[in-house]
Amino acid sequence: MALFTEAFLTALLAGAISAGIPLLLVGLGEQMSEKSGVLNIGIEGMMLAGAYTGFLIAWKTESMGLGFLAGAGGGMFVALFMAVLCVRLGLNQIVIGISLTLGAEGATAILHYFQFSRTYPRLPATLKWDIPFLHDIPVVGPALFGREPIVYFALFLVSVFAYLYRRTHFGLALQAAGDKPAALDSSGVDVLKVRAVAVLTTGALAGLGGAFMAIVGAGIFVPFMTHGNGFIGIVLAMLARGRPLWVLGGATLFGACLSLTTALQVAGIDIPTDVIQMLPFAAVMVVLIVLGSKANLPVSLGTAYARGER
Amino acid sequence: MAGTSAAATALDPNGPLVSVRNVSKRFPGILANDRITIDFWPGEVHVLLGENGAGKSTLVSMLTGFLQPSEGQIEVAGVPQDLASPQRALDLGIGAVYQHSMLAPTLTLAENVSLGRSWWRRPDRRGIADEMRKTAASVGITIRPEALTSALSLGERQQAEIVRALMRGSRFLILDEATAMLTPKDAEKLGNLMRRLAQDGRGVVFITHKLNEAVSYGDRISVLRQGKQVGGLTPERLRAMDKDEARDEIVRLMFGARTASSEMTKVASAPRRRIDGTEKPILEILALEVDDDATPVSGIDVKIRPGEIVGIAGIDGNGQVQLAEALAGQRPVRDGRIYLDGVPIEDKSIGARRNLGLSYVTDDRLGEGIVGTFPVSLNLLLKQIGDTPFWKHGLEQPLEIARNAEEKVSAFDIRTPGIGTPAGKLSGGNIQKLLLARELGEKTRAVIFAKPTYGLDLQNIEASRNRIREAADARKAVLLISTELDELLELSDRIAVMSQGRIVGIVDNNETARQRVGELMSGVGE
Repeated sequence: MALFTEAFLTALLAGAISAGIPLLLVGLGEQMSEKSGVLNIGIEGMMLAGAYTGFLIAWKTESMGLGFLAGAGGGMFVALFMAVLCVRLGLNQIVIGISLTLGAEGATAILHYFQFSRTYPRLPATLKWDIPFLHDIPVVGPALFGREPIVYFALFLVSVFAYLYRRTHFGLALQAAGDKPAALDSSGVDVLKVRAVAVLTTGALAGLGGAFMAIVGAGIFVPFMTHGNGFIGIVLAMLARGRPLWVLGGATLFGACLSLTTALQVAGIDIPTDVIQMLPFAAVMVVLIVLGSKANLPVSLGTAYARGER
Repeated sequence: MAGTSAAATALDPNGPLVSVRNVSKRFPGILANDRITIDFWPGEVHVLLGENGAGKSTLVSMLTGFLQPSEGQIEVAGVPQDLASPQRALDLGIGAVYQHSMLAPTLTLAENVSLGRSWWRRPDRRGIADEMRKTAASVGITIRPEALTSALSLGERQQAEIVRALMRGSRFLILDEATAMLTPKDAEKLGNLMRRLAQDGRGVVFITHKLNEAVSYGDRISVLRQGKQVGGLTPERLRAMDKDEARDEIVRLMFGARTASSEMTKVASAPRRRIDGTEKPILEILALEVDDDATPVSGIDVKIRPGEIVGIAGIDGNGQVQLAEALAGQRPVRDGRIYLDGVPIEDKSIGARRNLGLSYVTDDRLGEGIVGTFPVSLNLLLKQIGDTPFWKHGLEQPLEIARNAEEKVSAFDIRTPGIGTPAGKLSGGNIQKLLLARELGEKTRAVIFAKPTYGLDLQNIEASRNRIREAADARKAVLLISTELDELLELSDRIAVMSQGRIVGIVDNNETARQRVGELMSGVGE
């Protein structure tokens, strides 16, 4: 078939990675929150805050590295509200999550307007690292082994989290905090501290994902630019059932859907972009129908923990 | 016993391991513990007995650091301690095992034990497993540390929790209704384990509802009632009695021995209504079975004749709610039949049953009894929405609704600022009156009361009980579910005792009923 040319496949895979990395980061983050029992709906807002601060610092300092750091910090700042309001004070996670998302959408749009009015300055193209030899493999090489350092970092994180969950006491504590917080408490571990750490880490990862979209993906910041990527992250986390590798698989799949438009254009096939852009969301629904009943979420997901309420 | 206790405590060899001194605990509107003073000695299994709401769980929560006393203090080995957190209680060697396991279900036993160690460390699964096996062997049990917690029986989980407590160096173990959900065999294992722990010089507190267990495994017994300590049996007295004497004495302490305060609700010796044994029953329940994850209900056979009150006694959570909901139509019936005036109703909807004359006064007054934000007038018609004459062609008839409300409010003495007041703003007693007004209509043939006086003050308790009597006097069939024995003895003609989803006995309400119901509730003769 003429469709599966090298150019098409390369564009598809490269696009899948570019669109998938933010999903991967945000999905890994959400997964950690959910493991600990916090349903983090504010993650879309954390992502957007990260996109804004990441872009701003990268543009001001002309340093991508500092931009990513700032992005992580921006996401963490929004997550701090979540940690205080939902974990410490035990307020409703869904209401707070929605407010944080809406709040971050408004705040970043206004800040951007004050600073840049209606102009959208563009960042220079980001630095890429070619991995020797691997880079020369057709299709996979240019798509995967000639990428920005942050891509390698995100992929590396998958194994870090897999190790953390399986091989450390912190991983056990996270799981216990989500499944039976009272059990963790009676073991002498501060449930609220574990959950707060999880939420802040989530914020940093979501911010990083947002920064990736602004700095690597688009090269500009546009208000509302995260486009529901954070929400797809929530779906990924729910479907991955606590396994980081599954988040990677899901992120690649959804990333491929998102990038299909570009790839089809490369192949010279003209399908309305609107149809293509619906694909990831249709995919979400199909996956939910097929796997949703087996999502196997933590028992205490979404419930605040207060000692003595047995 | 004195020899082992001397060897047990390091700090004060002759003193108690843990002492509760004049401890009170207040919750808004409730005095859960009222100046309780108890010593817990090493080398003893100390049994705490009491009905639901007697304050046992509150006391345990204070000993384990989940709650703090409002007044009084807790001493550990003779030193006053502030048990501010579960961690602090653990550090002081106080461990607890509850009715429901406190292990994370998705972790293995060994992983559960390793919770709480330095977070970045790799859990030493093998080392912990070996240590668990060794500790288990030292008290004569075997466990499987590598097994996933959710795959184990409750008995196995509890043994693992005891092992965990021992590994942490607990010298004082609280078993809070730990045998409640166990099979008899597992319960016996746990009983032998606690004897073994006491022989090794540890202190064990055992909370149970089953008197057989209390007498078999306990060295010393304390009884709580309504937050107060009302008596107990010392080891000397307990040893001097045989098992039957001990049980009688405990039943007397828990349920009998009327105190001055309970004289107020005077007991009518036996209900005066005459039930004609040959009359056809109104409500007939035959071999009823109801599915439930926690407490499946089976083998319910009850017949209630016109004007008869049949009480259902039992400790909360033994299937009473499931039974009531199945009768009312709020829960599917798995098997068996329910007849109302000879008509089978087990497949009928809630509304159809109601139209045939079956009413259900729920104990979940705020949750399912009323819609709190609706006015009193609408709540009085909550189960007839859309019915004429209050609605015509789907339109509300405000005059009819108001007339009905005024009538019911004055007939049932509902104290409300007006019929438009949101029902949720009324006091508990008045909400109960509202429910009674709604459920006790003229068409009603049979009424199910679920804990009708639960949480009410004395005056409203009396009012509710009078309504129940009136319902029976009006020749309705009454099923009265209550956890308060005095109430059942005051009102019922017969009392059925429910335990673990089954009726374990039905007794006529006469002079010996108190003792016999108490025995059935406590599992004597199981």
